[in-house]
Amino acid sequence: MTIEPRTLETRAETDLAEAYYRDRDALPGGVAVAGIRKSAFDAFRRSGLPHRRVEEWKYSDLRARLKSVPAFAARRSDDDAKAALAALDDVYGAADRYRLVIVDGHFHAGLSDVAALAEAGVRVCPLAEALVEEGESLMRLPQIAAGDAATGLNAVFCADGLVLSLPEGNSLDKPVEIVHALSASAVSTSERVIVAAAKGARATVLETFVGGAEGSFSNTLTDIRAGDEAEVTVARLQAEAAGTTHVGSAVVTLGAETKVKLIGAGIGAGFARHQSFIAFTGEGSRADLLGITMVRAGQHVDQTLVVDHAVPHCDSRELFKTVVGDGAKGIFQGKIIVRPHAQKTDGQMMTQSLLLSDDAEMSLKPELEIFADDVQCAHGATSGQIDEDLLFYLRSRGIPEAEARTLLVLAFLSEAVEEIGEEIVVEAFEERIRAWLAAGA
Amino acid sequence: MLEIKNLHARIAEDGTEILRGIDLVVKPGEVHAIMGPNGSGKSTLSYILAGKDDYEVTEGDIVYNGQSLLDLAPDERAAAGVFLAFQYPIEIPGVATMTFLKTALNAQRKARGEDELSTPEFMKRVKEKSAELQITMDMLKRPLNVGFSGGEKKRAEILQMALLQPSLCVLDETDSGLDIDALKVVSDGVNRLRGPDRSFVVITHYQRLLDHIVPDVVHVLSKGRIVKTGGPELALELEQKGYADFVDAAA
Ligand SMILES: Nc1ncnc2c1ncn2[C@@H]1O[C@H](COP(=O)(O)OP(=O)(O)OP(=O)(O)O)[C@@H](O)[C@H]1O
Ligand SMILES: [Mg+2]
Repeated sequence: MTIEPRTLETRAETDLAEAYYRDRDALPGGVAVAGIRKSAFDAFRRSGLPHRRVEEWKYSDLRARLKSVPAFAARRSDDDAKAALAALDDVYGAADRYRLVIVDGHFHAGLSDVAALAEAGVRVCPLAEALVEEGESLMRLPQIAAGDAATGLNAVFCADGLVLSLPEGNSLDKPVEIVHALSASAVSTSERVIVAAAKGARATVLETFVGGAEGSFSNTLTDIRAGDEAEVTVARLQAEAAGTTHVGSAVVTLGAETKVKLIGAGIGAGFARHQSFIAFTGEGSRADLLGITMVRAGQHVDQTLVVDHAVPHCDSRELFKTVVGDGAKGIFQGKIIVRPHAQKTDGQMMTQSLLLSDDAEMSLKPELEIFADDVQCAHGATSGQIDEDLLFYLRSRGIPEAEARTLLVLAFLSEAVEEIGEEIVVEAFEERIRAWLAAGA
Repeated sequence: MLEIKNLHARIAEDGTEILRGIDLVVKPGEVHAIMGPNGSGKSTLSYILAGKDDYEVTEGDIVYNGQSLLDLAPDERAAAGVFLAFQYPIEIPGVATMTFLKTALNAQRKARGEDELSTPEFMKRVKEKSAELQITMDMLKRPLNVGFSGGEKKRAEILQMALLQPSLCVLDETDSGLDIDALKVVSDGVNRLRGPDRSFVVITHYQRLLDHIVPDVVHVLSKGRIVKTGGPELALELEQKGYADFVDAAA
């Protein structure tokens, strides 16, 4: 062993290093993948867990948050996975969809609609297998995402997950739900999901993150590769148990004339970092990002996004709404980059937050980095409390205070909810929002 | 019956006294008009009746049907039968008008121990009352008051009143912003609600409204006090002479 470039300082960092040394030979993938894991690990050894002096992570000090890192979960039997799943909320209930199940970071084909998807022309491959065959290209991320601490750690440890491949022109008849379930014991997970939509393919993917226990640490990555003329909607709902630490990265690469809608709702976990990286690589594309976040009672939630307009003639729209209750902290960091030759870029970012109590906190950091001259870009950020005059008006009509507040919070979120456009997502999200509000009343 | 006794009130934030000893008794079935110069405290009185907490009652009491309203939250006052048609109804983006109407109606029914209305029964009532007030269903599809014209907002207030069937209706300048035809439609709406068990406090600057909604008693409010009380003829007198006589008398 050569000199330590930096001593890993915390127990959690040591835990991660030990986990790597212990698991590295068992992690899937050939020599090339092992090399990617190794260099990502070396980067981790140099910088440790991201902390407040790392600009992109300054509001979410993961090093301070993680006291220790539990062992990465081994694959469970299908029966155990089924039992773990049965104990958790089925967010989409009876809605008609294909279902793919990941429990504690491992894909369970036996519990998933792999055959039905195959009939619809869509291939699902466990990531552990795919990494062996074509690992290097699967691990590759666009530049804006590759340097991030969390995507790096995911590269080190991702043991499984899945690859969903939509062939050219495929138009799926039903949404595909990918359940990311955590069992009730505290484990670490690091799955990676790749959604590859070939030219002209259309699909709606629903990702749900549920379960977990005090101390669980999940660091997931979803890599959406939307080819030319593809239309992909991905709706992510993070509703993990109260004590978990959730880091979820969504990485989107758009081809030409591509449409992607990325919807994120975050209500769970004790400490959550949801990050989105959007890379435009072909002209005439559009990305819509919606965020609906609700936190309370000491929760910490961070929405961080980077939109990279690297090519001309693309549009991006970002609308993020955050409701912060007692003692909770919300964060929005959004950056739109317009590269020098990305003329005719149209990027509009709006973030709004509603603080429900005096000790609720919100940090906002919208940024534009524009290097082209013929572009239309704007951002806006607001933060406020429930308007007492509106509250009084509703109450003067006989609506009790708690119900009136619920109406006003729903009103605040409604603009984002209306933009969702997928009925089954709207219904599931609205149910969640109401349950959240009812629990606080 | 509404009894306001020696009511003193100030602005909670800075302590400015606005109401300086108001006495007023409104019996069931009566219509009382309150007139008075700008800034005399008319809207403040209406807000205090409805329970807005920007104001602090420092002395006196408001008793409605034997119970002090001061102990009740705004929604409890509404359930007890108090309704304020606002001088400036506010827009609430994101709250659908129909959802609002149904929530309000059912909340009041629940507070009174009555069953919730079924959706068809609710729709039937809304259709009937809005037709009477010439409010289109299109308007009701919008978020509450959002984009309504000044006159439409006032009509929407009366629609709410007609649906909620309160026993004490406080109308704060409902006539302002209404065109001549709308004034007639709204007044007819109010008059349809008149009955032996329902009382009205009508705040206005103009005799014109009182031609349609004929009051039993007219009061003049000046600098937070009622300085003159009379019959409907008092409004005519004010229309001709203005407030100068009464305001000076009070000073
Ligand atoms: N919340 C408040 N903060 C500050 N000043 C207030 C507040 N409410 C009322 N006032 C002041 O109290 C006085 C009475 O106001 P109010 O609105 O009751 O008058 P009004 O009789 O309804 O007048 P108008 O005929 O113009 O509607 C005014 O000087 C007003 O500026
Ligand atoms: Mg007024």
